[in-house]
Amino acid sequence: MPQEIVNRISSLRMEGITKRFPGTLACDDISLSVGEGEILALVGENGAGKTTLMNILMGLYRPDEGRILINGSEVVFRSPNDAFAAGLGMVHQQYMLVANMTVLENIALGYKRAWSPLRVDLEMVRARIGEVADRYGLSVDPDAFVWQLSIGEQQRVELVKTLCLGARFLILDEPTSALTPQETDELIDLLKRMRSELSIIFISHKLHEVKNLSDRVVILRRGSVAFEGSTSEHSPGEIAALMTGREVVLPKNEAPCCEGCEALAIRGLKVRSDRGFLAVDGLDLSICSGEIVGLAGVSGNGQRELAEAINGLRSVEEGEILFFGRDIANLKPGEVIAEGMGYIPEERNTEGIVPPFSMKENFILKDSGDPHYASRSFLRLKEIDRNADRLREEFDIRSPDTRVAAGSLSGGNIQKVILARELSRAPRFLVAVYPTRGLDMGAAEFIHKRLLEKRAEGMGILLVSEELEEVLDLSDRIAVIFKGRIIDTLDRDSADSRKLGVLMAGVKESGDEAV
Amino acid sequence: MDFAVNILALGVPFSVALLIASLGEMFNQRAGVFNLGCEGIMAMGAFLGFLAPFLVGRGGPTAEIWNYAGILMAMAAGALMGIFFGLAVVTFRAPQGIAGIGLQMFGVGVAGTFFRHFVGGTQSIPGIPAMPIPLLSKIPVLGPILFSHNPLVYVAFLLPPAAWYVLFKTPWGLRVRASGANPRAADSIGVKVNLVRFQALAVGGALAGLAGAYLSLCQAKMFSDEIIAGRGFIAVALVYFGHWRPLKITGGALLFSLAQALQLAIQGRGINFPYEFAVMLPYVLVIVVLAFSRENLLLGPTALGRPFNREIRT
Repeated sequence: MPQEIVNRISSLRMEGITKRFPGTLACDDISLSVGEGEILALVGENGAGKTTLMNILMGLYRPDEGRILINGSEVVFRSPNDAFAAGLGMVHQQYMLVANMTVLENIALGYKRAWSPLRVDLEMVRARIGEVADRYGLSVDPDAFVWQLSIGEQQRVELVKTLCLGARFLILDEPTSALTPQETDELIDLLKRMRSELSIIFISHKLHEVKNLSDRVVILRRGSVAFEGSTSEHSPGEIAALMTGREVVLPKNEAPCCEGCEALAIRGLKVRSDRGFLAVDGLDLSICSGEIVGLAGVSGNGQRELAEAINGLRSVEEGEILFFGRDIANLKPGEVIAEGMGYIPEERNTEGIVPPFSMKENFILKDSGDPHYASRSFLRLKEIDRNADRLREEFDIRSPDTRVAAGSLSGGNIQKVILARELSRAPRFLVAVYPTRGLDMGAAEFIHKRLLEKRAEGMGILLVSEELEEVLDLSDRIAVIFKGRIIDTLDRDSADSRKLGVLMAGVKESGDEAV
Repeated sequence: MDFAVNILALGVPFSVALLIASLGEMFNQRAGVFNLGCEGIMAMGAFLGFLAPFLVGRGGPTAEIWNYAGILMAMAAGALMGIFFGLAVVTFRAPQGIAGIGLQMFGVGVAGTFFRHFVGGTQSIPGIPAMPIPLLSKIPVLGPILFSHNPLVYVAFLLPPAAWYVLFKTPWGLRVRASGANPRAADSIGVKVNLVRFQALAVGGALAGLAGAYLSLCQAKMFSDEIIAGRGFIAVALVYFGHWRPLKITGGALLFSLAQALQLAIQGRGINFPYEFAVMLPYVLVIVVLAFSRENLLLGPTALGRPFNREIRT
């Protein structure tokens, strides 16, 4: 049986690792070490250098300086093959699976023992998968195509793949960021079981997971180690403060529900996805002015299609979208905007901005024909500059000036540009889709505050999010979407993350599986 | 009945150049590179395939071996041109569309220039003769359609199943598909994406060269500047039409060639139909079919046309 080819890794050390990318110093003299059977949590804000450091460890990037030691002797990884051979394996944040191949083929791609020049021995790979699946209790269907699998299943495939290739040392890059709370719990249990055989580096910025799972924690800030210590001796609050370098308190919606008129009423909405099935299938939802309704759900349950249908970007098959009494279903995007709809789209880089346009041009994307910014087919450049300077100041956008290409800004600043553009147009309603996804806590805090301000001014907001904490903090009411329908709507006071997690998995409180 | 048999018997050998070239292009695209220079490689292949027997026999009969030497030269030159293209689009990450058009012009231009220099004017060669298969070729209807062609036709129809096997059953095919669909994933599991792309371009180039040599040695038995007549571009279109699957591509190549045979037959019979429209028919057919064949993005090479660089962060 092809097994245990890899020697044990009793210690792994990275010393003085430095990596520069054009214009940034991603890792600045980082050292860390992990012992056998230890779980090390690597935490830090976005852009702190966590992923880059792990890609160096896996041989995907070459470090500019520094060295890696395994069991005390130096190793040089020129490619991931070298890292696999040494017994390392990584589950990347964006799963590294080929969607149009089967699970079996994806694993065969790395399982060289099953290769002969003219044939891949798929049965050998299948046997190996079965062996790993039994040993760790990870079941996967080897013949399923990856695109048919849910995110949680894909992650399981990634884990199985890594283990099949003989990993004795696992690197997990934000493994829980796309999982439901139940899937997260299962994963953490699994990792706890595995620790007897494996060492693990666990990257996360969910601090309760770090607390729950890890023995030691290393905090990175702007490419260098800001703190290293034992997890049990520090509270999540302390770790958060060390991570950002200051106290961050995300604001909460504590104001009483205000009694506005009905701003958006959706009835019996049906919308098709890109693949042609009904992604929104008979959805009903009502949102008032001065109210934030959080739409919780695992992504891919129709959120994108719903947001696009409201904004005229996707055709509506059936049903109506009443916006202050007028049906806006199947209006053109421009007409929806003219009705007073604001939109923060899901993909900020490709849908929210025109990346090569300057920041100030992106501010007036929706108003380039407005007499305020254009007269007789010419742009009024001074007015545009004045607007840009004002918004940059007001929204605290960090950039050298307003002429920089919007695409060159960091994620948080791009999101602020979008937010500034949408809010400065004083819409009557806002659809915000994953507004803080991938942002660090500082930027998230800023965006949350702005949303709450606008709510207090009487704007209705539909907040689509998969972060339960965000939904719980900001919403007046929480609607849970599952397979294109709202399976339940809870008031803020009666909702908690356990209840929401159960609903997000499609199970109603009575215990019935929702259809 | 005879009319239909004639069209089929004519259409099958017509499809061979397209079939071989588009299977080559399929390997390119499966690895993530589309090579619009296919036409240029075919032109070079046609010229070199013609050159070897011509230089030896000066238009007269030669030993068979020189025909096959021509084929080998055409394939070697095709592979080299594929590698050269890889240097531009894989190593230096030039935009593939523009580089491909450049390669097409280069190939067609060089082939034409060399032809005038080494050969001069229009010359014909005996080429590779038909090789009817004993007994089988005597079967009525099927005999003339399937078993009365030159040897390369038979070889060409063994290629689709071979290409299918290579693509779906061998480790190399697995690497090619992964490099074209998700190069980052392939890289993370130890596949040398850019090397695989070079290999696929060499294979694709060799096949395009073979397709060109087929045209000059077996079909036209001569060389001219217009010998390829857009077949390289049709081959690229057929790959999309066939959704990157060898068997569907074969169907596409046959469909197009039968339309072409039909158009010739219409002209030959003197049917009162403007011949300009008849000539257009196969090309119009390709456009119509492409317009109606909806691309299933999940099945094809999703990273098609995008150069891979591990250290460019997105």
